[in-house]
Amino acid sequence: MNEGVRTPDGHTPLPQIIAFDELRTDFKNPIDQGNPARARERLKNIERICCLLRKLVVPEYSIHGLFCLMFLCAAEWVTLGLNIPLLFYHLWRYFHRPADGSEVMYDAVSIMNADILNYCQKESWCKLAFYLLSFFYYLYSMVYTLVSF
Amino acid sequence: MHPSSGYRLHPQNYIAASGHYSQGPGKMTSLPPESQCGDYYSGLYPVPTHSPTPSTVSQPPAAQQLYSRGPLPPQMMGSSPGSFQGAAPSASHLHTSASQPYSFVNHCSNPAVYSANSSVASQGFPPTCGHYAMSTVSNAAYPSVSYPSLPAGDPYGQMLTSQNTPIFRPVKDNSFSGQSTPISHPSPLPPPPSQQQQQQQQQSLSGYSNPLWSAPGLQSTQDNLNRNHTASPATASNNPVHTDLLSRPVMQNAQSPKPSPVVSTVLSGTSATRTPPAANHPVRPVASATQPSELLQHKGMQYGEYVNNQASSAPTPLSSTSDDEEEEDEDEEAGVDSSSTTSSASPMPNSYDALEGGNYPDMLSSAASSPAPDPAPEPDHAATLAPAAPQPTKMSKPFGYGYPTLQPGYQNAAAPLNSGVQSSSSMYSGFQQYTQPYPGGNQLSSSLAGLSLQSSPQPESLRPVNLTQERNVLPATPVWAPVPNLNVDLRKLNCSPDSFRCTLTNIPQTQALLNKAKLPLGLLLHPFRDLTQLPVITSNTIVRCRSCRTYINPFVSFIDQRRWKCNLCYRVNDVPEEFMYNPLTRSYGEPHKRPEVQNSTVEFIASSDYMLRPPQPAVYLFVLDVSHNAVEAGYLAILCQSLLENLDKLPGDSRTRIGFMTFDSTIHFYNLQDGLSQPQMLIVSDIEDVFLPTPDSLLVNLCESKELIKDLLNALPNMFTNTRETHSALGPALQAAFKLMSPTGGRVSVFQTQLPSMGAGLLQSREDPNQRSSTKVVQHLGPATDFYKKLALDCSGQQTAVDLFLLSSQYSDLASLACMSKYSAGCIYYYPSFHCTHNPSQAEKLQKDLKRYLTRKIGFEAVMRIRCTKGLSMHTFHGNFFVRSTDLLSLANINPDAGFAVQLSIEENLTDTSLVCFQTALLYTSSKGERRIRVHTLCLPVVSSLADVYAGVDVQAAICLLANMAVDRSISSSLSDARDALVNAVVDSLSAYGSTLSNLQHSALIAPSSLKLFPLYVLALLKQKAFRTGTSTRLDDRVYAMCQMKSQPLVHLMKMIHPNLYRIDRLTDEGAVHVNDRVVPQPPLQKLSAEKLTREGAFLMDCGSIFYIWIGKSCDNNFIEDVLGYPNFASVPQKMTHLPELDTLSSERTRSFITWLRDSRPLSPILHVVKDESPAKAEFFQHLVEDRTEAAFSYYEFLIHVQKQICK
Repeated sequence: MNEGVRTPDGHTPLPQIIAFDELRTDFKNPIDQGNPARARERLKNIERICCLLRKLVVPEYSIHGLFCLMFLCAAEWVTLGLNIPLLFYHLWRYFHRPADGSEVMYDAVSIMNADILNYCQKESWCKLAFYLLSFFYYLYSMVYTLVSF
Repeated sequence: MHPSSGYRLHPQNYIAASGHYSQGPGKMTSLPPESQCGDYYSGLYPVPTHSPTPSTVSQPPAAQQLYSRGPLPPQMMGSSPGSFQGAAPSASHLHTSASQPYSFVNHCSNPAVYSANSSVASQGFPPTCGHYAMSTVSNAAYPSVSYPSLPAGDPYGQMLTSQNTPIFRPVKDNSFSGQSTPISHPSPLPPPPSQQQQQQQQQSLSGYSNPLWSAPGLQSTQDNLNRNHTASPATASNNPVHTDLLSRPVMQNAQSPKPSPVVSTVLSGTSATRTPPAANHPVRPVASATQPSELLQHKGMQYGEYVNNQASSAPTPLSSTSDDEEEEDEDEEAGVDSSSTTSSASPMPNSYDALEGGNYPDMLSSAASSPAPDPAPEPDHAATLAPAAPQPTKMSKPFGYGYPTLQPGYQNAAAPLNSGVQSSSSMYSGFQQYTQPYPGGNQLSSSLAGLSLQSSPQPESLRPVNLTQERNVLPATPVWAPVPNLNVDLRKLNCSPDSFRCTLTNIPQTQALLNKAKLPLGLLLHPFRDLTQLPVITSNTIVRCRSCRTYINPFVSFIDQRRWKCNLCYRVNDVPEEFMYNPLTRSYGEPHKRPEVQNSTVEFIASSDYMLRPPQPAVYLFVLDVSHNAVEAGYLAILCQSLLENLDKLPGDSRTRIGFMTFDSTIHFYNLQDGLSQPQMLIVSDIEDVFLPTPDSLLVNLCESKELIKDLLNALPNMFTNTRETHSALGPALQAAFKLMSPTGGRVSVFQTQLPSMGAGLLQSREDPNQRSSTKVVQHLGPATDFYKKLALDCSGQQTAVDLFLLSSQYSDLASLACMSKYSAGCIYYYPSFHCTHNPSQAEKLQKDLKRYLTRKIGFEAVMRIRCTKGLSMHTFHGNFFVRSTDLLSLANINPDAGFAVQLSIEENLTDTSLVCFQTALLYTSSKGERRIRVHTLCLPVVSSLADVYAGVDVQAAICLLANMAVDRSISSSLSDARDALVNAVVDSLSAYGSTLSNLQHSALIAPSSLKLFPLYVLALLKQKAFRTGTSTRLDDRVYAMCQMKSQPLVHLMKMIHPNLYRIDRLTDEGAVHVNDRVVPQPPLQKLSAEKLTREGAFLMDCGSIFYIWIGKSCDNNFIEDVLGYPNFASVPQKMTHLPELDTLSSERTRSFITWLRDSRPLSPILHVVKDESPAKAEFFQHLVEDRTEAAFSYYEFLIHVQKQICK
């Protein structure tokens, strides 16, 4: 098992989580919120965050896909098996995005619906946990392989 | 109503109120007794006019009498028609049994109607609502009844007192009827009765309280007593009956409601005030078990001071019927009350009506709808009295016992009822207590649910209905919203169901319970509805909770004089000094009597804290398509004409600005700067990079440049007559419009007649006409490009809303275009195959829509925040807006015809609360440049048992929420998915209900009465343009229907989903209501099935935005001649859109009925006369949802289908 490389994946959901947090915590001052001048700023903010999130999607998915491919080549069946579900999830997520093209999945007009936001946030946490665990697992595997040489 | 310090009340209110005052009740008493109701009323009305003492005595007997008289007939009806129904499965049953309650309503509500209409006035389309109006109470201002120390001359005090004594009302009203000055109501009051009453009140109070209660407890009791006693001494004698009966478990219970319904009839308007004891004690043990006792204690402290006063001023103990049990009840009630209102505010129900008057005309369901009571008790009655025979034998059987196997004779009305009563009492011991207040009217007519709730011992809404065997599920009167099971005071204060509805009027305690019930939980909002009266409050400090920023509302509790507890987050807040003074009563130290705390719908004028920039002026920009296609269709003439007519009526002030743009393949701007001799047209042909030629003079002040604008509007229709330009550069035009509007924000009205074919945002035709009737996949429901969405977001950020008028003859990809309105909080109008001469009905519709559109109220730069009690959370919003934060909707514009829906979930268990509240706050800039906040607060009870959840289902709200969810589903997933989800919603909820019944009969499809219309509505939804498959539907039509589902308020949506069908060739005055001195007949609703259509008849179908009159082939020539103005059927033309004004009785009736229906909605619908055999009849027949079509189930087949699914 020579999966020495530490996955960059481990980092990808982090900015997402921070971004979702930023989305969620709007300014708490209600007067400020009721203020029309704030609307533009807030809207820009949401669009900016969604844009950022969208930019991260493809790199994350492709890096993960690459890893899976490498595991496949290295005939690391166990590791591959662990990653396959996520790979399929990514594929599903990518191909079930809204029909109107450019927006991959984080759509500024619907992201603030609490259920979608919750879902995205949960998804990010789960992925973060998964990537972290796999990072340690890969590390362990690498050390194990090195030691057993 | 002197506008005193800082307070301003809308003058309307008062004028209107006076209208009520002087007119309504006066009419009421003078109403000639008619038909069946005659003896009822003649018996009843005299009573009120007597002086208090006699009435006390005479009432109970009268009540009893009435009781025995009133309900019996229905009982007979219930059972006897049932027996022959199997043989004659026609409308007859429904007809007969329904007719009685029906006429009742009308009767009773007559006065209301009068008054409501007299108060009509000002806002958009007020009058009609009046017709549901029960607010006979209406009159006054802020009550202060329970404070005897009030100077008798004080208008408010006096009036209220008298108001609180419904018995006197007629007297008083009579004396007022001559009065025309709005403000003077109080003064002419005949003092003796009211004073007497006051005294009596006090006496009774003291009588109650002296012996038993220590000072702290006293006041709260007193207040409750006040409520009861002020209302009528009769209660006193009634109450004991209740309590006694209630303490006994089963059979008695069924009878206990006797007195209350009757009494309530007697006292019409305010009657509900009295009933609380009856209705409420049962509730308390269950619902308020958790009511913190500390509240009571607080109360005690709070009222200590008053108590002394009162006690000393009430020397003689009343020899009333008070007994310990009752006092306990009263006390408990106080406890309940205290959680939401201070008890000294108890008289507020009246004041509520007073303030709001016509404001809540539709609040029929509230207690004010006193006319309602009779019919509802009837079923119970039928249950308790009539079919007593089967009962004993089957007594021991559990819920839903042998219902399916009942003898045919009983199957229809009596038996099910009976089983319901019995089983509920035997099974749900806890529940039974709870049941009384439930909405009961569902069976015969839920519109009558008002008071009846309190009377039914078992929730009528839980009565199991065997859907496959009940042929006539549709009641004969329109279905009203169920009334939340709250105590009467809260109920009176609660928000009108027209503004605010919840799909479950009993909120389940936990998410698990909600999941078990398989019903959608959500809110339906119509926040900016046209109101005839609305308390407007100007105050330096708007009192809000410091942590959750909830606005103070009627459901908060005052812990003491200085502190109040937020009902959403339970934080204790201080009452600001300013709030202590009540300018209406000019008294100090009564924060609970401020209008904010007396009305669940109020409007604040916001201080400068609520704005960073000065409020924007009203800015209107019209973006008009002038390509060849558009000129051909000829909409320009209609638009310009409408604009010319309504230019002065556009909402706005002296700052109002207006601008025009036209486009084909180039964009034309119009310089209308004041000082020019004629409008200047500026053409920009660079559509790749649009710029504004003269940014300053394109939007001009309406007043200053009025002449130029008129010139332009006169010239515009003829300017492009010879154009050969067929392209349409909509995208660039919108970009230009956005640039133009950015500095101010406002409203952009876009008129488009074809697919945009140039520049940014161009679209391709995506519709395949061969797929129109496909049963499988319907594609392209979502947008093709995100250009319009992005543009809408930009607009929304700049407080600009884009309204789309699509007048096209071919496919125009509404799915993409609609995005520009959806996310910028605009609205969408669609006129398929519009042509000004070839399609006059569409032209007429456009004209009417435009009139409404241009003149209706408008709010700019709005945000709407929805808050709910801790533990609940909102997760999905439906409507046209941009969601800016998880509970904040950004609305660039808000219009009175916009509706919203919200889905809710229960995040934390609600075990420690018995009430939940929802508050919508809409902050907007009015067209006059004022920043205003409109606040609606809705309060609902929390329940812990599944049966209660089912009892409180508001089926119409549920169906509207489901429709919204289905639209989302069909766009994000697929149409067939959405259809499946709809069917599953029925299957799941009915099977979940079935599993609560202990012995489920697989052969029967059982639904609780509250859900009996659910399958029908879902079927109607499946056959609606938006969701139907198999029938040829153009993509744009489908998408438009979907857009409407998302953005229409509930009332309009329901008509769209399930139209109302009436037979109009035999209109009679029986049960007619009076509106503005017109007699409006009230034909019963027919079910939507061809089986109801006879060739001899003529039928009117009300689909919301369109009316069809279907004339049978062998329709009576008299009718055709009298109403349509043609000698016989053959000579009636194919296209007829108006009824002639003929001077015959039947013509008058028909017209007044249609006008009345029209007046009840903002967009006046167009009328089509459809002859049997004419090609247009297909359009009419597609709305008959209960019938089978080639592609869809009939109602019965659908039920069978559902049943199969359940059994799977």
